[in-house]
Amino acid sequence: MANNNGAGLHSPLGLLAELTHRCPLGCPYCSNPIALEPRTDELDTQTWARVFAEAAGLGVLQVHLSGGEPGARRDLVDIMTAAHAAGLYTNLITSAVGITVPTLQRLAEAGLDHVQISIQDSERASADHIAGYAGAFARKRALAAEVVALRIPLTVNAVMHRANIDRIGEMVALALALGASRVEIAHVQYYGWALKNRAALMPSAEQVARAAAAVEELRKKHHGQIVIDAVVPDYYARLPKPCVGGWGRRSLNVTPAGKVLPCHAAESIPGLEFWSVREHSLADIWANSPAFNAFRGTDWMQEPCRSCERRDIDFGGCRCQAFALTGDARATDPVCHLSPRHQEVAALAAVQRDEAYDYRRM
Amino acid sequence: MNETASAIPPDARPRLPRGVRLVHNEAQGGWVLLAPERVFKADAIAAEVVKRCTGDTTFAAIVDDLAKAFSAPRERILADVTPLLRGLADKRLLEL
Repeated sequence: MANNNGAGLHSPLGLLAELTHRCPLGCPYCSNPIALEPRTDELDTQTWARVFAEAAGLGVLQVHLSGGEPGARRDLVDIMTAAHAAGLYTNLITSAVGITVPTLQRLAEAGLDHVQISIQDSERASADHIAGYAGAFARKRALAAEVVALRIPLTVNAVMHRANIDRIGEMVALALALGASRVEIAHVQYYGWALKNRAALMPSAEQVARAAAAVEELRKKHHGQIVIDAVVPDYYARLPKPCVGGWGRRSLNVTPAGKVLPCHAAESIPGLEFWSVREHSLADIWANSPAFNAFRGTDWMQEPCRSCERRDIDFGGCRCQAFALTGDARATDPVCHLSPRHQEVAALAAVQRDEAYDYRRM
Repeated sequence: MNETASAIPPDARPRLPRGVRLVHNEAQGGWVLLAPERVFKADAIAAEVVKRCTGDTTFAAIVDDLAKAFSAPRERILADVTPLLRGLADKRLLEL
């Protein structure tokens, strides 16, 4: 989709702006890194505005205002307004806890294009337990209703794991009842916090098979009514997911302190040198930062990826997962059935324990 | 394309819902339809069709206009545009 700007460099399409790592929830699969960045290190409003203008200049079309909980930023409306002024499609990714109705109204007036609300389960008690926050479920329902009342399109993000994967049908029904036009059935990806909690989150093979059948059925039943996006959970897949659409190819991620990453988990790979928007322009970082060039294209690949006919389709899978499971970030993602380490993934998936979550805390 | 797409009423007024925008972007190589967390590349013809989906114009008038613009038989335009718009509506990218 993206154009070649010569020398094999594509224009990025999307920018994930992690405005803060502060969050009232404690989800045990949080995609933020284990080492969270403190409030005192966060970029100010003006710097975000500059980043958005530079992103638009690079060809970025959509900005995802995320966190942590973006509502923890008092200047959220100003930040969103700056993104809109840069011509970007603005998407707010929120836990819904911490966004007040007046803030939402001001965001709507400022042109917010879309809202994604995470919902931890279709049952209140379980949802609040997973979020580690009593009352979260009710607040999410309430904010979702406000989003729909303001006629902003709503996506429900449902992260699935052993405790809730048997209720996909109920989650989709809840999304429909809330007036969402899209629901993401997002299986936990095991990096950072989720890796710590892997045994407690891992679904069984039977659960995964039932979930796949349920999604198929629900898509037929609700065709044209709600978009259901779902993928096979990593550890039960035969083919790896295409790492962020290709490393340094379609998207970039700016951390609360201004580090620019090829994906939100990239800091889990040791030895990568990330540049900051405090010292470099986004265009300079995109083209020249060592971290972005580390796994760009296919030259870095080893066998079996190097000669694989799918190398330009799934890009060898996920670099962070390859490192997490093999200790070598250049290895074939072991989720791939062609990886010599593929059998180990099944063995890891078989480790399932009903133990207390190690909640994400700052 | 699905050739059995069900007919669109001539008096329908197709429009892009809030959260879906058609934009032209040089860096991305032309027309793109921006939607919730998704981006779709639109070829020149799809862009011409979607541009006319403003909510003000009836489907019949859009087909008439396209037939004129492309100097093509109205039936052919109708046969091409119906599955295009039905497909967009199924993806919640268009309201009919």
